[in-house]
Amino acid sequence: MLKDITLGQYFPGNSIVHRLDAGIKIIITVIFIIMLFAADNFISAGIGVAFMVMSYLLTKISPSLMVKSLKPVLPVLLITGVLNIFFYEGEVIFKLGFIKITDEGIKNAGFMLVRVISLIIGSSVLTYTTSPIELTNAIEKLLSPLKKFKLPVHELAMMMTIALRFIPTLIEETDKIISAQKARGADFENGTLRERASAVVPILVPLFVSAFRRAEELALAMECRCYRGGEGRTKMRQTHIKPFDLAALGISVIFLAAIISVNVFFK
Amino acid sequence: MCRSISLVAEGRKNLSILRTENLTYIYGKDTPFEKKAVDSVSLTIEKGGITGIIGHTGSGKSTLIQHFNGLLKPSDGKIFFDEKDIWEGGKIMQGLRFRAGIVFQYPEYQIFEETVFKDIAYGPGNMKLDKKEITERVLEAASILGISRDILERSPFELSGGQKRRVAIAGVIAMRPELLILDEPAAGLDPRGRKEVFEIIKKYSQDSSRTVLIVSHSMEDMAAYADNIIVMNEGKLFCHDTVSAVYSRSEEIASMGLDVPQITKVFSLLKKQGIDFDDNIYTVEYARDKILQYLNNGGDKVSC
Repeated sequence: MLKDITLGQYFPGNSIVHRLDAGIKIIITVIFIIMLFAADNFISAGIGVAFMVMSYLLTKISPSLMVKSLKPVLPVLLITGVLNIFFYEGEVIFKLGFIKITDEGIKNAGFMLVRVISLIIGSSVLTYTTSPIELTNAIEKLLSPLKKFKLPVHELAMMMTIALRFIPTLIEETDKIISAQKARGADFENGTLRERASAVVPILVPLFVSAFRRAEELALAMECRCYRGGEGRTKMRQTHIKPFDLAALGISVIFLAAIISVNVFFK
Repeated sequence: MCRSISLVAEGRKNLSILRTENLTYIYGKDTPFEKKAVDSVSLTIEKGGITGIIGHTGSGKSTLIQHFNGLLKPSDGKIFFDEKDIWEGGKIMQGLRFRAGIVFQYPEYQIFEETVFKDIAYGPGNMKLDKKEITERVLEAASILGISRDILERSPFELSGGQKRRVAIAGVIAMRPELLILDEPAAGLDPRGRKEVFEIIKKYSQDSSRTVLIVSHSMEDMAAYADNIIVMNEGKLFCHDTVSAVYSRSEEIASMGLDVPQITKVFSLLKKQGIDFDDNIYTVEYARDKILQYLNNGGDKVSC
């Protein structure tokens, strides 16, 4: 159940996308997000989606994994999508009392769904194919100019890695605690709203306790290995931008340019 | 030969507390990750006594026990608790979770209340018993686990690892389950803590005459405390028999990657040297008696 959420997980592999420089991958993801929001008609959105599908297929990760990971978010998306249909002015297609459906409403709802789903898939391509360590190093590198403004870039990047790393661990832990409390007769499905809300306490308390315990252990382990923050820290594996990385970046820019020109010509 | 106890029990079915018929469980059905964790397991657990479930990591033992209180629904096959199908009509048997109590691995991580007393009372509280009955059960469970009165009013988070473990086990025993299932109850404890926990379980089983199931990968512990042993291998039931009958197959068990007790290993090496005792030696006490007996019978003539 909870284990199906693969958001933020890393799947080791050796595809083209896996081998791409992590920093370039982050930039491409940002370009992709710009693409999604720049697209204002169905043709340009189609180009963005095509770019996303292409990237995902290149990762060689089974598409069913993505579908499974999208499943839990789908109800939320559908509800917002449906609500969107009713709140736009435009040519009325259907009217019942004060409820009206307009062509603009349907268009906007469709757009929103495509955008949000693409956003999730696009960012998953990044996290699925990049190990947390590569990701942090890349973030650190990209943000390093901000060090001049006294921004603790290394620390921020480290916190992010740790957070990402512990998502699957904590999900697994939650599953275990739920089973254990169910075995003691906890009932999460029935009862009044009040009863169900208080039924969450036996899950949350152990979860927090274990999160703090893990944090303490991790901090100790880091100190044992003489971790003292980012200053003077060197990398075992230096990354260099290869022509291949630049080519990938170029292709994404071409896609972005295509979207913008389609926007202009098909107004 | 490993005769199956379920065959023996066929004639007196009314004594079984738990019975499974071709129980199968598949993880991630219809996905590329599909995996058969439990593969048509049929077994019968009779009332009373301690049964050990032994298996290598990933042999399906933990998945198997989660079927016994209905936490998992079998992909195929049936489970009978007290001779009643627990999934009769697709809905779980009422109150089953209280009748088959599971203590999970590292149960101290499920503790959440402010005081030890309140935490032990969580299970009985869910049974909707009245206050007097709950107090009675908590005190009973605490005394079984050797938790003293002053500890009951303390916060469970201040206790030592071994004490927390006992509080967590008491939390399940307080529901007075007819079948108590413990998954690696001594995992992560020091030798003394291990012994204490197992002695408590043994005493509980004898005093209450309720049925106990212990999941473990330690043949040594099971040899010392269990009456019957179920051996699981790759999701299948390998055998279910008395301790001595299971240990007579020690070589097969060792080939599955399970560790047989060291004393059994010593005796199987002796057998290879031509000194044949009895294949079923699995505790040190028994081994001592056997060796003394052997020496008294003039066995000392054998050159070693």
